[in-house]
Amino acid sequence: MTEQAGSARKEIGDVALATDADAGSAGVVATQYVTLAEPPAALQLESGETFGPITIAYETYGTLCEERDNAVLVCHALSGDAHVAGWREVGDKRPGWWDMLIGPGKALDTDKYLVICTNVIGGCSGSTGPASVNPSTGRPWGTTLPMITIADMVNAQALLLDQLRIDRLLAVIGGSMGGMQVLQLAVAHPERVHLAIAMATAARQPTQAIAFNEVGRQAIMADPHWRGGDYYGHKIPRNGLAVARMVGHITYLSDEAMQEKFGRRLRDIRDYSFSFSADFEVESYLRHQGLSFTERFDANTYLYITRAIDYFDIARGYRSLVDAFRETTARFLIMAFSSDWLHPPYQLKEIASALRATHKHVSYYEVDSRYGHDAFLLEREKMEGVISGFLHSGARTFGLCERRGS
Amino acid sequence: MARIDYQLLQDMVPEGATVLDLGCGDGELLAELIEKRHVRGSGVDISPSAVEACVARGLSVFHGDLDEGLADFDDGSFDVVILSFSLQQLHRPRLVVREMARVGKLVLVSFPNFAHWWARTQLFVLGRMPISKELPYQWYDTPNIHLCTIHDFRLVCQHEGLRVERELYLHSFEKPAPRLWRPNLTARIAIFAVTRGVPAATAPTNSVA
Repeated sequence: MTEQAGSARKEIGDVALATDADAGSAGVVATQYVTLAEPPAALQLESGETFGPITIAYETYGTLCEERDNAVLVCHALSGDAHVAGWREVGDKRPGWWDMLIGPGKALDTDKYLVICTNVIGGCSGSTGPASVNPSTGRPWGTTLPMITIADMVNAQALLLDQLRIDRLLAVIGGSMGGMQVLQLAVAHPERVHLAIAMATAARQPTQAIAFNEVGRQAIMADPHWRGGDYYGHKIPRNGLAVARMVGHITYLSDEAMQEKFGRRLRDIRDYSFSFSADFEVESYLRHQGLSFTERFDANTYLYITRAIDYFDIARGYRSLVDAFRETTARFLIMAFSSDWLHPPYQLKEIASALRATHKHVSYYEVDSRYGHDAFLLEREKMEGVISGFLHSGARTFGLCERRGS
Repeated sequence: MARIDYQLLQDMVPEGATVLDLGCGDGELLAELIEKRHVRGSGVDISPSAVEACVARGLSVFHGDLDEGLADFDDGSFDVVILSFSLQQLHRPRLVVREMARVGKLVLVSFPNFAHWWARTQLFVLGRMPISKELPYQWYDTPNIHLCTIHDFRLVCQHEGLRVERELYLHSFEKPAPRLWRPNLTARIAIFAVTRGVPAATAPTNSVA
């Protein structure tokens, strides 16, 4: 993966690195943990069950100003976590998953804003999820964990905001499943946020996307090592999870980008092997992506989180999408990416149109990109202008402080 | 330098109206309308940098291609729809005018009048495609691909069943032309205020023919 002269080449599947390694970095950041929703104040889940206590892993970058109104909440997508920017330790190989946007002088400027990112509940990167221990049994929850929805994830984040004594966020921002959380927060907790930026997402999970998630789930559940979710302490359903990741990963790319990166090139062999080993580069790449994913991600979490994504419909309980947006008070920036075929621009336009029909302040912006759904993690130069402009003009309009760095 | 065409457009926009500015560029007109007439405004533009500039001004803006129509906008959803000096750059100007009248109750369109005597002179005498302050490009790199005259635009309105409420003329962006003899010949810039064919409840026609 060589660098082109003069500019950092964006590689499929890679997290975009900040082009300037030292300046603009959020630095070394430690994940923090807090336990909330201790019974009797347990969290009321959308499924009807109550759940608590809940541990939430989160990271913050920047500083809260005196008025406590310059906080920006970042919501992660399916396989993300709280480590959105900076380095876990000096010499860490890769920074946080959205490091390109977060840091001093970047789009989410940590000299101006306090940026917060949490691991969603149901996750496996520090927050309570299927791999966490159930305090009453002393054993991991596995699939006995209650079903979690996007609304539940957002309600848990609201608890954290209360804990941090942040009454109203300057902004909430996210892509894909993160974008769903943005919409959910703006609709269900309108008093908690001024500005909402949702990208590469949809108001309700589209049919094709449900279909792909189902294939991933079936792959995991068909793995003999899944044992109905009770695999902790035994072999994990590695192959099933790897296949799920392979499928998911393809949906994040684009035809054009894959063709350009891999073509029909063979791996280190001269000709077809006439066997089922990974002859093609793309096969080798996907196998590697799948297997390395199993090193850091929990199979049951994949089931829970894709389920939450598939259940997401912001209009559920309302007569229409327009109705769902009636009570929200936030200003919106809705962003689409031209080659994203998992959440094509028409799905984002649908959100923008529904918001406009209720006379909400909404802007729609389409990024021209070759990188497919993953583009929102890669197209720094094409995104940072509109995002920072939106945040800055919004902060000015609402008279919110933007702490100047020293 | 003060844009008189913006001032004239502004005068025709009711206070507090909902306004859609098509081809809004960096949002200068919209921002003025919001400040001076307290409108609730939105813009549409195809250029990413224009949309970025509008967002940075705190405007509500839609990144889109006008030639695809205004499918994302509901019937009669805006009091006023403005197309300021962009008509001639569209691939499908007639469709856009029709869509504007669907989406807006009042349509304001400004455009360069290609039948102005200076343009006619350049073509007739010099045999060259006209170049002027309003049409400053060479023929091979001009975005102005669908030029028209005042008479042409009146005809389009007629064919679309639209009613011309007012016509205003300018010598330039900075100089109005309040009374003109034979505007098709003497007006460089025209501003049309148009409504759907159903007779307007109030204003009589006062077009200066």
